[in-house]
Amino acid sequence: MCGIAGIIYKDGHHNVGQDMTRMLQSMKHRGPDSTGYALYAEPTENVVMRYTTANTTTPRDFEFQDRLKRNRAEAERRLAGLGAKIVTCVQETDYAFRLTLDYTDDLKKLADQIEDIPDCEVLSLGHSLEIIKDLGDAESVCAQYHLEQFQGTHAIGHVRMATESDVDISGAHPYWAYPFSDIAVVHNGQLTNYFQWRRRLERSGHRFNSECDSEIIAVYLAEKMSEGMGLKEAMEKSLDELDGVFTYICVTADALGVAKDEMAAKPLVLFEGENMIAMASEEMAIRAIIDHEIDTYDPYEGEVMVWTR
Amino acid sequence: MDALTGESQIVYDARGLVEPNAEVPKVSSIDGTKAEFDANDLTTRQINLELRWLINEQGITDVTVKNPGAKHSLGVGILTRCKITFEGSLGYFGCGVIDGPEVHIKGRVGWSSCENMMSGTVVVEGNAGSLTGAAMRGGDLIIKGRLGARTGIDQKGGTILTMGSVGANTGFMMQRGRQVICGDAGHGLGDSMYDGIIYVGGKVRSLGIDCVPGEWTDADTEFIDRKFRIYELGTPPAFQKFVCGKKLYNYDSLEASERKLVL
Repeated sequence: MCGIAGIIYKDGHHNVGQDMTRMLQSMKHRGPDSTGYALYAEPTENVVMRYTTANTTTPRDFEFQDRLKRNRAEAERRLAGLGAKIVTCVQETDYAFRLTLDYTDDLKKLADQIEDIPDCEVLSLGHSLEIIKDLGDAESVCAQYHLEQFQGTHAIGHVRMATESDVDISGAHPYWAYPFSDIAVVHNGQLTNYFQWRRRLERSGHRFNSECDSEIIAVYLAEKMSEGMGLKEAMEKSLDELDGVFTYICVTADALGVAKDEMAAKPLVLFEGENMIAMASEEMAIRAIIDHEIDTYDPYEGEVMVWTR
Repeated sequence: MDALTGESQIVYDARGLVEPNAEVPKVSSIDGTKAEFDANDLTTRQINLELRWLINEQGITDVTVKNPGAKHSLGVGILTRCKITFEGSLGYFGCGVIDGPEVHIKGRVGWSSCENMMSGTVVVEGNAGSLTGAAMRGGDLIIKGRLGARTGIDQKGGTILTMGSVGANTGFMMQRGRQVICGDAGHGLGDSMYDGIIYVGGKVRSLGIDCVPGEWTDADTEFIDRKFRIYELGTPPAFQKFVCGKKLYNYDSLEASERKLVL
């Protein structure tokens, strides 16, 4: 089933970490397996990297803690080798880190170096995007990663009910559009031409960290945008080229867009306020952050809508 | 608003999926045959238990539910003639399998509302999600806003009237009843319908298989005028009429009792 949510403010920074937690927690019944956030703050000069040194499926044997230490040390050694200076490092859990880096070179090279280390995965890399995802419901992930005070302009989130891939961090949404910075996607549905697109994109040099079809959308859109398309144009193109049933939300550093397939088989409820647009798989998620009566509607089939902050 | 309260507002069982509290909350204020209660702090199950307790055990015929909060599955399975007013929006599956009540929703409804509705009336002041009135068998469903996709699929009777537009595959496999759409209709209108009538006031993006324009009669005018008069919807727009071409399937749409007489 899964549940998706998005919010974008037009009047500056708000507590999007808390907003998104409320929205996702109210949809816990749609996906109790994992919860994920893509939060956007004002762009910084430094690169922000979120990465993990183990997955939930990594064996928790006697060697586990030693491997975590080794992986972290190796990641830091490789960053230094690339000339990426660690400005700040916050260890969120045993295996999850948030780094700010003084680094101006190729981000793909940086991501490739980290992900070459066994069990390591870059969750997000960019100047304004931060992806946080883990097992459990929104309140537990929020508490674990201290998201309740996260100030930002827009955000998307996802609660996952695993159907076709593992219950682990790799299978959790949102997906970062490797190797393109600051683009992320959450998706509710199923792509039926997943393997076709995965092979095409892999031939173009892209890597995939999961077996989840949703990862395709992020990379697909980012590639289209790198070819010169705008976000809306790329999303409209996806309606023709991605097959299956889907509603997805894509975010960039300054925009948030939603697309529904031609069958409108997956739900999305939309609220457009004066300074804020909020959307979710269920209206109760929007009501979790708005304490007065509101007018909402469902976008129609084949509709693409984009808002900028 | 208070700090994060999601977990404390919704109670889950060990699987994290359902509300286990089966106690009737008995929080209504009752005045003769009228009652009202605030649903803000109640779960779906508690709201429905309270409604049934009022209607079935307390002899209440007019209930007002405040702050329904777009919770799912509210007002389902009400099989008694009574009035229910929801002062706010409902989530998914609202008012499903009802037989008799007169329901007024002063907000919107989510997906799959009024599924399998047997009789009675439901008037929604706002918009409605997809699959509204699916497999409906009787009664009137009036939506003053717009509707999502697959409105009234497998409809077997009754009337769905919307003042707005509808999404794709509206009336898919419709077997009986009428739909009155004042706005536009999406792709595949009336696809594979067996019978029934669809009236559209706006544009139709495309007709589905075996859905064809029908001949307008005085009975159509009388029907439309009567529904607009009953629900005080103003002057109806000009409509196009669509019916089943009966080229695709030839199943009859008779009730069992009718079949005994005819066949």
